[in-house]
Amino acid sequence: MFKFIAKRLTSTVLVVTLVSMSVFLIFAFLPMDPARLTCGKGCSVPVVEANRHRLGLDVPVQVQYGRFVKGLFVGREYGEGAAKIECSAPAFGYSFTRHECVTTLIAAAFPVTFSLAIGAFFLWLLLGISLGVLAARRQGKWQDKASTVFVLIGISLPTFISGILIYLLALRMGLINPIEAGRWVSPFTNPIGWVKNFYLPWIVLALAFAATYTRFTRSNVIETSSEDYIRTARAKGLSEKVILRKHTLRAALAPIVTIAGLDFAGLLGGAIITEQIFNLPGLGRLSLRAVLIDYDLPVIVSTTILAATFVVVMNLVVDILYAYIDPRVRVG
Amino acid sequence: MKPFLEVKNLSVSFPTQDGLVKASNDISFSVARGETLAVVGESGSGKSVTSLAVMGLHNRNATNISGQAILNLETGPIDTISASPEAVRKLRGKSMAMIFQDPMSALHPYYSIGDQIAEAWGLYNEGSKADGIKRAVEMLDLVGIPGASKRVKEFPHQFSGGMRQRVMIAMALVNNPSLLIADEPTTALDVTVQSQILKLLKDMQEEFNMAVILITHDLGVVAEVADRACVMYAGKIVEQSAIDDIYYLPDHPYTIGLLNSIPRVDQLEGKRLLAIPGQPPSLISLPRGCSFRSRCTYSELVPNNKCATEVPNLDEKISGHFSRCHLTEAQLVEARTSAGGQA
Repeated sequence: MFKFIAKRLTSTVLVVTLVSMSVFLIFAFLPMDPARLTCGKGCSVPVVEANRHRLGLDVPVQVQYGRFVKGLFVGREYGEGAAKIECSAPAFGYSFTRHECVTTLIAAAFPVTFSLAIGAFFLWLLLGISLGVLAARRQGKWQDKASTVFVLIGISLPTFISGILIYLLALRMGLINPIEAGRWVSPFTNPIGWVKNFYLPWIVLALAFAATYTRFTRSNVIETSSEDYIRTARAKGLSEKVILRKHTLRAALAPIVTIAGLDFAGLLGGAIITEQIFNLPGLGRLSLRAVLIDYDLPVIVSTTILAATFVVVMNLVVDILYAYIDPRVRVG
Repeated sequence: MKPFLEVKNLSVSFPTQDGLVKASNDISFSVARGETLAVVGESGSGKSVTSLAVMGLHNRNATNISGQAILNLETGPIDTISASPEAVRKLRGKSMAMIFQDPMSALHPYYSIGDQIAEAWGLYNEGSKADGIKRAVEMLDLVGIPGASKRVKEFPHQFSGGMRQRVMIAMALVNNPSLLIADEPTTALDVTVQSQILKLLKDMQEEFNMAVILITHDLGVVAEVADRACVMYAGKIVEQSAIDDIYYLPDHPYTIGLLNSIPRVDQLEGKRLLAIPGQPPSLISLPRGCSFRSRCTYSELVPNNKCATEVPNLDEKISGHFSRCHLTEAQLVEARTSAGGQA
C-alpha cells in the first residue's frame, strides 16, 4: 500500500509540473501583450518597455517559469526602489491591474469557492445516491418514474437557467437581499450566515450534479443486485437491509468515488456560472474577470494551474481511496 | 426415518413478455440426512430453478411458485414455499445452505474471506467478530485450505478457483446446516480439482450428516458421490431412481441418450459417441404430449401416436425406479441394449 501511494505521488508531482509548464507556454505565446495593456492610448514605447520589465516579461519564457516556480517556494519581489512590491511565498505573481499579490486574491476567493463546492458536493451526493437507491429498489414503480423525471429535468436544465430561475424565485419570496448577497461570511464565526449565503447556489449546483448521480447509482445498484455474490449473501440468510447496506452499496458506490472526486475537484477550480449568478467572489469570478475585463495574465495563469492541480491531486486522493475500498486494486 | 427435505409437486414459472416460462413442472423428490440426491439435466432443464425455489431465493414478485418444499426440522416441519420470506430467510444458512457454480463471482470481491465466513457465522451465533474469524479459520482448515490462519485475511481474488470453492463450502457449512444444495459446484473447475471438491463434499457430508442435493449436468460427476438421481428434462423429472439403476438400467430414452453421449473407460475404443439430435423445446410453449418426443428415437414404437398426444406419467416401472415414458419395460430393455449396450 505504501509503495502504491509513493508511486502515485511521484507521478502526481510530475503531472502538476507538466501542466504548469504547458499553461505557462500557452499564455506566453498568446498574441496579446500584457505590457501594452498596462497603459492607455498615448503610451510611449519606453513606458511599455519599462512596464514589461516590471512585469518580468522581458526575459525568455523559461526564465519567467523559473522565477514563477522559485516565487512559489521563497516568495518574490517586483520592481525596484520605492516601487518595490513584495509577495511572500507561495507567490503566484502580482496583479498589476488589481495591485495585489495573486496569492492574496486567491486566498480571498478560495474559501468562497470551497464553501460553494463542499456544500453542493454533499447535497448532490445525498440527493443523487438516495434517489438512485430508491429508484433501483422500486424499479418500475412510481418512485422510479419520478426519479427519471427528476433526472431528465436536472440533466437538461443548464445552471445558467436553473440558477437564474432560483435566484429570481428567491428574490420574489424575499429570501435574498441583493445587496447583502455574496458577502463572504466565515462558517466558523457565523455558521448560520454562511449557510444562508450559500444554500441557494448549493441547490443550483446540486440539482445539476444529482441528476447524473441518481442515474449512475440506480444502474449500478441494479447491476450489482444481480451479481452472484449478492445471491450468496442472500443464501447465507442475511436480511435484505444488511445485503443492501453492506454488500450491494459497497460495490455499487465504489465507482461513484471516482466521478465524485473528479467532479468536486472540477468545482474547486471555480463554478463560473453559479458564482456569477449569485455574485459570489470565488475563483470562478476571479478567473472570469481576469480573462474578460483585465487580461490579468498572472491571475489567469495562477487560477488555471490551480484548477488543474486540484484535479490532479484529487485524482490521487481518489486512487488511494479506491485502493482502500477495492482490495483488487492494491497491487504494487 | 423421515427424509429431511420433501419436495412435493413443485412448479416454478416466470411471467415474461413472450409468455409464461414454465421452468420447472410438478417436481417431487425427497432427500434424507446422510443421503446425496443428484439432480441431472442440461442447461434450462429446471434444476437450478427448483433448488432456488426450495431456498426461497426467487424474487417472489416475478415468479409463480406452487407446491411444497417441506423441511422436517427438529422443531417440526416447515414449508419454505408457503412460509413468510422472513421465516425462510432464517432457515437459510442455518438449516439449508447452498453453494454455487462459479466460485469466481460468488464471493464478494471487497471483503476478506474471513470477514465473509464470520458474517455468516455471526448471523446465528453469539460472539465477537474475533470469535467469528476463529471459527472461519477452523472451517478453512476443515475444508483443506493450507495456512488457514494466514489466508483468512486474504481476499477472494488471491485464491484459485478450487480454493474459492472450498471457501464457499466452508462458508455454507459454518452453521452446520442439515441440507446442502450444491449447484454445479465443479462445473467451473479443472477436472483434477473437480474430483477433489467432490471428495470434499462427500467428507463434509459424513462430518455434518447432511442431506445433499448435487445439481449437475455431468453424469460422470454423479456416479462417484450420489445415492440417488433425478434426471430432468424441459422442467420435468423424467427419471428417478437409485444411482446404479440410472447407469446400468436407464429407463428413459433421454437418460439412455445422455449415457451414450459420454465416453466410458470400460468400453471399446473406436466407438463413436452418440449425440442426442435436436434441441430442447421452448419452455414457453411446450409441445403437446411428451416434451422429449421430437428428439426421441423410439417414439414410433409407441402405438396410436400416443407420444404426441398424451403426457406420460412418472410411473414406478420397477420398484423404486420411476420413469416418464410410454414405452413398455420390454421395449426399454430393447432400447438400452440396441443403443449402447450399457447393460
